[in-house]
This record gives sequence, C-alpha cells and structure tokens, in this order.
Amino acid sequence: MTNPTTGIGAAVERIEDDRLLRGGGRYLDDLELPGLVHAAFVRSEHAHARVLGVDATAARQLSGVAAVFTTDDFPQASRGKRMPQTAPIPALTAAVSTMHALATDEVCFVGEPVAIVVAASRAIAEDAAALVAVSYEVLPAVTDPRRALAADAPRVRAAAPDNRAGRFAAKFGDIEAAFAGAARVIDLEVESHRGGGHSMEGRGAIAAVEAYSGKVTLWTSTQLPHTVRRHLAAHLGLEEPQVRVVAPDVGGGFGPKGIFYAEELALVLAARALGRPVKWVEDRREHFLASVQQRDQAWTLQVAVDPDGAVRGVRARGTNDCGAYLLYGLLLPLTTVVQFPGPYRWGALELELDCVFTNLTPTSPVRGAGRPYANFVIERAMDAVARTLGLDRAAVRARNMIPDDAYPYETGMRTPAGVPIKYDSGSSRACLDRLLEDAGWAGFGERQRAARESGRYIGLGLACYVEDGGIPPFEGATVRVLPSGTVLVRSGAASQGQGHATIFAQIVCEVLGVPLAQVMTEAADTDAIPRGVGTLGSRIAVTAGSSVAKAAEAVRDKAIAFAAAHVGVAAEGLEIVEGAVVVRGAPARRMKLAEIAAFLNGSAGVPIRPGFEPGLEATAFFPVPAPTYSNGSVAVEVEVDAATGAVRVAECWFVHDCGRMLNPLLVEGQLVGGIVHGLGNALLERMVFDREGQPLSTNYGEYLLPGATDVPRFHLRHIETASTRNPLGVKGVGESGTIPTPAAVISAVEDALSVHGAVFDRHPLSPEDVLAATGCLQDPGKAVRPDERRREASTALHPETAR
Amino acid sequence: MSDAVRIDLTVNGRAMGGAAEPRTHLADFLRQELRLTGTHLGCEHGVCGACTVIVDGRPVRACLLLAVQAAGCEVTTVEGLAALDGPLGDLQAAFRRRHALQCGFCTPGMLMTLAALAAAQPDADEAEVRAALSGNLCRCTGYAPIIAAALDVLEARRASSAT
Repeated sequence: MTNPTTGIGAAVERIEDDRLLRGGGRYLDDLELPGLVHAAFVRSEHAHARVLGVDATAARQLSGVAAVFTTDDFPQASRGKRMPQTAPIPALTAAVSTMHALATDEVCFVGEPVAIVVAASRAIAEDAAALVAVSYEVLPAVTDPRRALAADAPRVRAAAPDNRAGRFAAKFGDIEAAFAGAARVIDLEVESHRGGGHSMEGRGAIAAVEAYSGKVTLWTSTQLPHTVRRHLAAHLGLEEPQVRVVAPDVGGGFGPKGIFYAEELALVLAARALGRPVKWVEDRREHFLASVQQRDQAWTLQVAVDPDGAVRGVRARGTNDCGAYLLYGLLLPLTTVVQFPGPYRWGALELELDCVFTNLTPTSPVRGAGRPYANFVIERAMDAVARTLGLDRAAVRARNMIPDDAYPYETGMRTPAGVPIKYDSGSSRACLDRLLEDAGWAGFGERQRAARESGRYIGLGLACYVEDGGIPPFEGATVRVLPSGTVLVRSGAASQGQGHATIFAQIVCEVLGVPLAQVMTEAADTDAIPRGVGTLGSRIAVTAGSSVAKAAEAVRDKAIAFAAAHVGVAAEGLEIVEGAVVVRGAPARRMKLAEIAAFLNGSAGVPIRPGFEPGLEATAFFPVPAPTYSNGSVAVEVEVDAATGAVRVAECWFVHDCGRMLNPLLVEGQLVGGIVHGLGNALLERMVFDREGQPLSTNYGEYLLPGATDVPRFHLRHIETASTRNPLGVKGVGESGTIPTPAAVISAVEDALSVHGAVFDRHPLSPEDVLAATGCLQDPGKAVRPDERRREASTALHPETAR
Repeated sequence: MSDAVRIDLTVNGRAMGGAAEPRTHLADFLRQELRLTGTHLGCEHGVCGACTVIVDGRPVRACLLLAVQAAGCEVTTVEGLAALDGPLGDLQAAFRRRHALQCGFCTPGMLMTLAALAAAQPDADEAEVRAALSGNLCRCTGYAPIIAAALDVLEARRASSAT
C-alpha cells in the first residue's frame, strides 16, 4: 500500500466535514441568484377527481405575486405531454404511467401539482396559493392495493381499463416435484409496510434560463443529475449540452431524490416564461404528500420442506402498491423479485408479483428499495419452517444456506434481460456462524428463562441477507493534476452524505501518493463530465470508485512516462512517491506531479514534448458487468413491556461482508444508519391513508421516525471477501443495514413473546399489535402482569406516575 | 412587506439587526435577513430539531420562535461555535472524529442541542445525552456516533476542569 494511513482501507476522517460542521454547507435553499423569485404549488386535495377549472384571479391580484401558472399557461408542446417514463421495461404494461408537469383534467393522488404560484417570497407564494380556487368533480378512488385488481375496483384513472401497472413472474427448479415429495407444506401470509425517505432536507430546485442562448440550468437536490438532464432535455426538445443540472450539497437522499419530478419540470417552464430564476423548496407536508414513498407489499406463500428443514420449493404470490404513477418504472418491485432466494439454496421457486396502481402517493425505491420486502418474506418463511418443525431458527438458516465454497453461485433467477443472476463471491455461512457466537445465540435461552422468572420478556431474533450493489452500467471519473499539484476528481457521482469525496481522495492517495487535503472533488454537475447515471443502488464505491482508480492509474503511468523522457531514465526505474515521480533507489532525483502538470498544461510558443497529449489527466468509465453481492447476518435483542406493548431494541449484532472496505469508518456509518432506518420500518414508521385516499400522517407527530432514545448498542464485525467484478474488490454497503433489520426485529419480538405463541405476519408492529398478541388488548383484566420489582423501578424513574 | 419591523439582537457575540414581518420565524430571519444559512429547516413544525439555536442560554426551535420574540436576545448559531479561521470547537472535532455527520443537514441542530446540554449539565450521562438528543432527528447516522461524540466531549471537559 502506498499510504497505509490515508489510502484505501484507512479509517480516515472525512474531508467533507470541516465546512459542514461550521454551518458552511451550501444546500439548495442556501443558494441565491439575482432576480430570484419563489414558488409554491397548488396541490390536489382529492385522491381522485376531475379538474373542472382553476380560478387564479384573486391570487394574481395579490401584491408581490409575479405569476400563477396552470397547465393552460404552459406552451402547447409541454401541456399535452406527460412526464417521460424513465425506466420502461416489458413488464410495465400500463399505457399511462406518468403525470403531467401540472395536472390537466384529472388528478390521481392528494398532492398532485395543479398550479404553480411565483412570488417575491415563499410566504407570499403560499398566501397566493391559498387563493387559487380549483373546482373538482370527485371520483371514486382505489386505495387498497389488495383489492385493486378486482373487477369492481374503482379505476386509478377514469380512462384506465384496469389498475394493473405490470406483472413479474419468475421460476426455477421443478416446483411440482418439490411439492409432491414434501414432508410438510407451510402456508403463510406476509405483509410489509415501509414509509418514505424522510431525508432531513426535503426536495428543492432552482430553475434559470439564459436570456439569449436559452440554456437551462437546474440546481436541484437530486441523486441523479445526469438522468434528470437527459429527460429534461428530451422533454424540452433541447440537446443535452443546452441543459445543465447541478446538485449542490444534498441533505440526504435515500431514494426519493432519485427521480425526475414534475415539480422540476414545472419550475423550468415557469422560469422560461418569466425570464427569471425560480426557486422552490419542499416543505415537510409536501414531502409526505408528493415525494415518493414505498408502502405496501402483500404476499401469500407455500413452503415445501423436508423434515430437517431443507426448503424444497416455494410458491409465492405478491401484490405491490405502485401508488398513482410510476416515477421510476417498476424498479421497486423488480428489485424485490430479483432478491429471491437471498442467501439460500431452495430446490425450486415459482413467483408472481402483481404491480397495481392506487390513488395514493407514487411509490419508488427508498433505502433498501424492494430488498427489505423480499427479505421479510424469505426470513418469515425461515422462521415459519423452524416453528412448524420445532427446529432452531439459526439451524434452519444454516441448513439452507449457500456454502461459502459454492461461489460464484448462480441463484436460478434471471435479470429482466434474461441473464442468469450469479453472486460474485460471498461468506454468508461464515457471517452467520460468527454472528451466533457474537450474539451468544446458544446461551440466550438460559438468559431468557431467567428474565422471565423476574417478569421480563426478552427475545433474540436474526435475519440473513444478500445485497446487490454496484449497480451497472458505469459511473465515470476524470482525474486531473492541476498546475498547483492539487488533484481534481470530477464525476457524476452525486453525494447525499455518503462521503464520496473522501473515498475518491483515498483512492487517488493510494495511486498517486498525494495527501488527502490535496485532492478536491467536483461531482454532480453535468457540465463537469459528459456522461453519468447517478447515486442509487449502493453503486458509487464500485462504479465511480473503480473509475477513479483507473483514471488515477492512467495519470500515474503518463506522469512516469513523461518524467522518464524528461530526465532520460527508463520508466521501469521510476516510481510515484508522495506526489512526485522519483528514481528508484535515489529519491532525491524527483519530479513533482505539479511540474509535470505545468509542462503538459502548455504555454504559448513552447511545443508540448512529442508523444504526449496535453494535460496530466485521464478519464475512465469503468464498465460494470453485473452487480456485486454483499452478504451478512443481523441479530437483535429486544425487551417487550408486556403492560404497554412497547418494544425496546437493546442490542444489535451485525456481521457482514461488503468486500474490501475503502474506509471502515464510513462503512460503519452506512451500516448503523441503515439499521436504524430498518428499526423505523419495523416498529415506528407508518404512512396512513384513509379509505378515500386522504393521507393522515403528514407530520412528525403523526409519523414517527427513530430517535436517539430508540437505538440499541451496536456490535459490528466485518469480514472481507473481495469482489471479482471490479479492480478494487469492493461491494455496496449503503443498504445492507436496512434490508434484514425489520425481519430480525419481528423475529425477536416473537421470541420474547413465545410463551404466548405470538406470531406476527407484518411490520411495523405497533404496541397494540404486541398487546393483542399477548391477549392483553382484548382483556386488560388478565393482562400479563409485570413483576413488582419492575414496577418499583419504573416508579422510581417516573414518580409522577406512581399510584 | 410594509408591516416589517426592526429587530435588533446579538448573534454570536455581535450586535446585528434587520427587518422582518411579525409572522417571520427566527430561522427565516437568521437565514434570509442575516444570511446565516447554517441554521437549517427540516420540518418547520418543531419536531426535527434541525433549526435548533441557543437563545439566552437555552436550546430553542428557531422555527417555533418568531423573530420579533428574539429581539434583544443573545442568539448563538452553529456559525458561532468556532472562529472562521480557527480550529473546530471540541464538539465539532468530536463529530468529525466519530463520523457523527453524513449529509450534515441535521448537524447544526445537533451541535447546538449538545452545546447547550454540555453547558447546563456537564455531568450528563449516556441516558441524559440520549434524552437531550431525542428532539433532534437524523436520518443518516443512526445516532450512535452522535451519542459517542457527545460523551467524548463531556468526559474530556470534565477531565480538563478537574485538573
């Protein structure tokens, strides 16, 4: 290793932090432009309605209002055109799947934009938005995804033949034989509910249009600047270089910022019409209404097993709630489908997933995307097998697990393009074994019995996962040595807090030996690099990381070749040490990268050395052939308060393998953050709509996010098995924590309440669900009594509640 | 607007002033009028804590306090935790060491809550740190490194005041 203290694998502090810790971040709402005006949206109040008319007269008359736009105020070319479908695949069969920039004659969820008000301040824009009168004819709304395909279900759009968005089917093995020879067939139903992304910074954008060139610039709090640019340019009929999309500091993404939104397009159209830059900053209520969420997947399963717990085959049929529109195709349910069968070898699988529209907020990936749903189904099945056959939960998993010597391993599943899914490398069994040791699995029964004797209900649950990360096709990088010696990295790898600049600097440091402080990163500006995809699917370390490494190596080779020619030494006799090319064995003979960069930068009248292209720089687009597959196991210990139904998550053990770690400090940050997101999904986060499709949880009093008092002690352990699919050997880790945690928590609560025979088939679990399982809720009189010592303890802590 | 009123107050030790409508909350006043954009707005309904600033020694939601209510007050924002050209303060440095921030959006509120806690309760233990942070939401870190950073600082300050 060139630099063990700051290179690849070093747990260095982030270079991003100093500025952010001083309040020097530049998030979207911190940006100012001359002549800037502010927008607020008028949004549908109904889940499904015909728009009969919009009267903006009063709003337009309010002092300080610059304009009110309805769809009729936009140019004809935009008015009649729906947003592009950014991810069309054959499984997506609905003829209409996207919305307009502003609604035309029909609204399909509460929060769909109907008009945009532009004013001197956001406050005035909101005042004026309240004065816009929209006439609606309310239509029946489809709000239960489980009933959406019924013949008599209301249609998501009046003209839609049905509510089907699409359908996935997958199978491998001989499913008939698997079931014919089974010792037992276990039936179960499983439902997952997930909430929204809830980045602490909501969405936001500023659109500006240059007066003469017509060039559009959109600063937007997005994960996908290049993707937004591509679709924005296409919609406007512009060439890509006529559109620039920039992501400033972004206050968290988690999926919902990986969308090209109608609001972004409406802002551009408004800015064009006004000739002034227009800013819109989403408020939290808008985030609940109109930023994408995940919500419900419901499954029914039959699991055919041998007496020893080996899974012979699984039949699974599910329904995915797509909400009113598909803002990222069917990426979310697709991500669920390709997860099966996780870290296990099943004999056969037959799977169908119906994707249905509802008149609710659109759904699309949130951290983990469809993976936590699949994991919950798979892991609930594993627990059901153990329960039915009277086997240990960990033993059932071990019995079915892919052996560590079976990689590369073909799962039997295929991508939508028909390519067999093959895990590159892995250590599922090693992670599980180590987890059981770390968590004290074997001795827990004893602890649990002792706790029960003192009236406490503790439980231990586990879950195992595989995370496909490093999603293809590429994310490029340019590495350029500036004449000052500073190394500039440019990439399309927009960051939402992951620490991309730090890991890129570590990779550059590893190859060129420069100090971290001498590497600067510019990402997320489409004018900085011609092509890009963006940040989703735990892909940046693999894709952009590999491109940075390849580009830095090309810079190193060019610098050595130049120095060799310049000094008259064979290239083999040179090496890079601390940002300079030096003669091996004679380090005093050296040529700094800055000097080489200065030569190659050129000056008037002086020819560049023959054989060398100008500039000490290189660009690489490392092509990623297939995802990488991370794996691991999680165990959580919970304590259930049988009197209140409250679940406290006390401990969390996590043993995982994300390939070679670029920076363990950042890996642990991704893991813990992801696990806590999963805890929220397991116990707290519930996005509630009534039967008419009105959202009932639109603030943080009604929708609970995990807080500092909700998180357990963490015990993390890393196992590193290099990926074979990229030069760094890295894999994704951004979603690993989120994927298995809900399943482990539910398993732990069941374990804590096993004396009551508690079985849970869904999450999030509310205190009411827990009390119902203990029999407390139906008959509080025969409540499970907490023991007296515990009552004394809680009285001492909260004397005001003593009776 | 025409009904704007003049507000004078002390921010980060400096006398500052500006105009605001009576309905303007302190966070908008700090951000828009005084251009101190380190204070962030995450929910504007008093739950997420991103906008926390210290007003006359106590941590306050700047989205729930009207700017006119802060007239004459001593306000400390994240920009006041360290001199621009100086090293980071101890809390800030602990956040960096513990990787207690990712996107950084909730961070100013976290820092101000903990700065107030450390001043008021220098002997706070882990449970008290968690309780103090329970009014600040973070979606990135999972809180564990934030709690660890706070405990580091409390312990270091106790050690240095004991000598």
